[in-house]
Amino acid sequence: MMPSGYDLKKHTLPQLLRMRAQSTPTAVAMRQKDYGIWNEVSYAEYFRKAMLFANGLLELGFKPGERLAVMADNIPEWLYAELGTQAVGGISVGVYQSSLAPEVAYVLSYTGCAIVVAEDQEQVDKLLEIRSEIPTVRTVIYEDPKGMKAYDGDPWIMSFAEVLELGAAYQRKHPKAVDDLIDQGKPEDVCHFSLTSGTTGRPKAAMLMHKNLVHMGVALQEIDPLKPTDDYLSFLPFAWIGEQMMSVGMALSGGFAVNFPESVDTAMSDLKEIGPHVVFSPPRVWEGIQSNIWVRISETYAFNRWVYKAMLSIGYRAAEYRMKGRPMPLGLGLAYWFADQIMFKPLRDQLGFLRLRRAYTGGAALGPDVFKFYHAIGVNLKQIYGQTEIIGIAFVHRDGDVRNDTVGVPIPGGEVKIAESGEILARSDAVVAGYWERPEATLETFVDGWLHTGDAGYLTPEGHLVVIDRVSDVMHTSTGQMFSPQFIENKLKFSPYIKEAVVFGDQRPYLTAFINVDPQTVGKWAEDKGIAYTTYIDLSQKSQVADLIRREVHGVNEGLPEHLRLRRFVLLYKLLDADDDELTRTGKVRRKFVQERYRPIVEGLYGGVSKVRVDTEFKYQDGSVQKVSTEVNVLEAEPSAVASSEGGYVAR
Amino acid sequence: MQLEVKNVSLRFGGVNALTDVSLDVKQGELVSVIGPNGAGKTSLLNCISGFYHPSAGRITFEGHDLTHASPHQVTKYGIARAFQNIELFSGLTVLENLLLARHTFYKYNFLEAVWVYGKAMREGVANRRIVEEVIDFMELEGVRKALVGNLPYGVRKRVEVARALSLSPKLLLLDEPMAGMTLEEKEDMVRFILDIHERGTTIILIEHDLGVVMDISQRVNVLDFGQLIASGLPEEVSANPRVQEAYVGVDHAA
Repeated sequence: MMPSGYDLKKHTLPQLLRMRAQSTPTAVAMRQKDYGIWNEVSYAEYFRKAMLFANGLLELGFKPGERLAVMADNIPEWLYAELGTQAVGGISVGVYQSSLAPEVAYVLSYTGCAIVVAEDQEQVDKLLEIRSEIPTVRTVIYEDPKGMKAYDGDPWIMSFAEVLELGAAYQRKHPKAVDDLIDQGKPEDVCHFSLTSGTTGRPKAAMLMHKNLVHMGVALQEIDPLKPTDDYLSFLPFAWIGEQMMSVGMALSGGFAVNFPESVDTAMSDLKEIGPHVVFSPPRVWEGIQSNIWVRISETYAFNRWVYKAMLSIGYRAAEYRMKGRPMPLGLGLAYWFADQIMFKPLRDQLGFLRLRRAYTGGAALGPDVFKFYHAIGVNLKQIYGQTEIIGIAFVHRDGDVRNDTVGVPIPGGEVKIAESGEILARSDAVVAGYWERPEATLETFVDGWLHTGDAGYLTPEGHLVVIDRVSDVMHTSTGQMFSPQFIENKLKFSPYIKEAVVFGDQRPYLTAFINVDPQTVGKWAEDKGIAYTTYIDLSQKSQVADLIRREVHGVNEGLPEHLRLRRFVLLYKLLDADDDELTRTGKVRRKFVQERYRPIVEGLYGGVSKVRVDTEFKYQDGSVQKVSTEVNVLEAEPSAVASSEGGYVAR
Repeated sequence: MQLEVKNVSLRFGGVNALTDVSLDVKQGELVSVIGPNGAGKTSLLNCISGFYHPSAGRITFEGHDLTHASPHQVTKYGIARAFQNIELFSGLTVLENLLLARHTFYKYNFLEAVWVYGKAMREGVANRRIVEEVIDFMELEGVRKALVGNLPYGVRKRVEVARALSLSPKLLLLDEPMAGMTLEEKEDMVRFILDIHERGTTIILIEHDLGVVMDISQRVNVLDFGQLIASGLPEEVSANPRVQEAYVGVDHAA
């Protein structure tokens, strides 16, 4: 009999797989599209293949505690290899399949892998290139035989099928060997290495224990229940924690069947065919789907566009209620039912979201407009927050309590606190055992079971967590209030009219900003309004443009706590440019440089004046320099706050 | 010898497109034919694939005489060709194009086709399987149901090769499969050609990119003004003074 709920945490992942294979042998564990057909894999077959692979590993002399790396796209063999490795007490290591050879060399030598499963010739070629740098690797196993004939004579390389054959022979001789090893497994054993993204320094391997993955799966399903007959499409890299927690943690703790697309390019059309019940993707996927819809709507007939617009405005109004979990007024409810029937249902069907109960986004910030759009069309999109070190999801929105400016509340069994420094600390059974061979980083990051996330944030009165920025990037006002310029800049830049923003306030009494209006959208807006302008300088200083941007700033201010609100701002007379060293080549603002260069304007922002006279130089592409003298208006963000005590600046 | 071309000449009125050309191709070889524009490379392929019949000489493939064979007979003997100017139905999907390529192998009758039973069902499944294997091999899964006319040029070239492969050929004739491609597309195509070759298919390749030709061919044949002026290993051919002359011209000042 299959245990349920938190009892699952007493078992290792291979033990759970074995139980599933015994209690529901014919249930569908995975599907893979091959040659245009979805082929089902039952739990019995899943377990049989993982067992064969495990036996094969024993035949190859693989010892408990050794590491096996997998660098492959999303294919069932990934899971056979992972569970097979864990069955014999080994540790699987995910390597991004897009990694370049030097990165692969680093990961393999750092984790000291003994065996590597490489999907195809492309991956094997990378390994051959770095063969001398990875002396610990004894065997390379490839899955796709295409183009591999030339490597036949090399004893270093063998096929996945050969390993399964070796395993079958070993199993006949030692029928109980792997079973015994599975029995010996404990939930606290380290079973998988997931590489942290490594924006600072080289990636570190987080050591995942069985109980981490199982806890995460069980806890999330306590609030967002799933059924074993549900479907999930696995198309993001398995080396990423998100895919591990879904396809391993969630799936084995009772979740769903894992479906594998035919190839990386077909993921979106395969999504449509599968119609998953749950989706987890980073923001770029959500943004991509939305812009795809926009493009297709903008290409259709005027009548269709009109229907789309009309229905969407109903959807947006309904979204307000749905996100807060409040019942809609009768009229809106009826209107939304109608809109759903004639537009949103067919639209969701086109996207493969018709059966979708919940969708998650995480990894980076998603614009509030995108968020609202999905709720308008009936997709229950929720923000999650968490690191590799806490199995991806530590915070999530509850159904009916979705806010586009928070990342939700801790999942069951999780605790949160904010340190003195403003750093977010989290604790739960999902916190991993530490970093592989990085004792100092482990001591810094894991203190008394609390994970130091390195992110700064605060809790709202309702217990929702708001993430501001990396702790190292936050600043303090002269009154000691912590803020993240980037956090506010990003919120400003979500406006289509704002191209670039630079927020000031370090050791200052309040926050101010430089704003670059977007010449395209604001230019178009001005044309539509019949506002004549000559150059960007002229456009940026128009009073109507100032009002337009003031409304956008007001909207951003409304979503911020009192001390983070922008008091004054200027519309800069030129676009910040990498050629003038104001931006890095990757488009990030060089804050210090900008502050120095425009010092008079910054002083103006804090000096109470309403105009600043500036002399500036323009560098042209041919190297010539032109001197320009102009006046910049310093704008109050909330002028009515001064005029009326209620601060009721009416937008729109 | 799998393919033997013996003393083949091809004349159009007073023009000699091919003059006394002889070459042999062994089973499983990857052979290239190069030469300046108008040298007769495509004419030679046309003779092999039955579009032209040689004015003199003889062509045999695995004991079958191809000298006067029609294109569909040549196909049945196991020779397929990918054309230089993509010969696909742009209004059909990739899948339909590939299935259509196999129509010479269909054996069922009209009634079976209408009700899709018996042979029509069995053959339909078998043909689809072969075509799906080609789609998998040429990595066309993402465009299986896309109309060929909507695809970018580089992908259409790949579909053209896939169409030829759908015939499960023993000998594959590739007429400039890399013409007009970007460097990345070329690299992909070279990989596909090597993979096809690795599966045991004999390949005759016409290509202008000499770098590619010299890298991947086992033997190179050079045509100039309809005559075979050199034949041998890539390094031998590139060192041959007559070949250099044909490509860079003669220095008359010397």
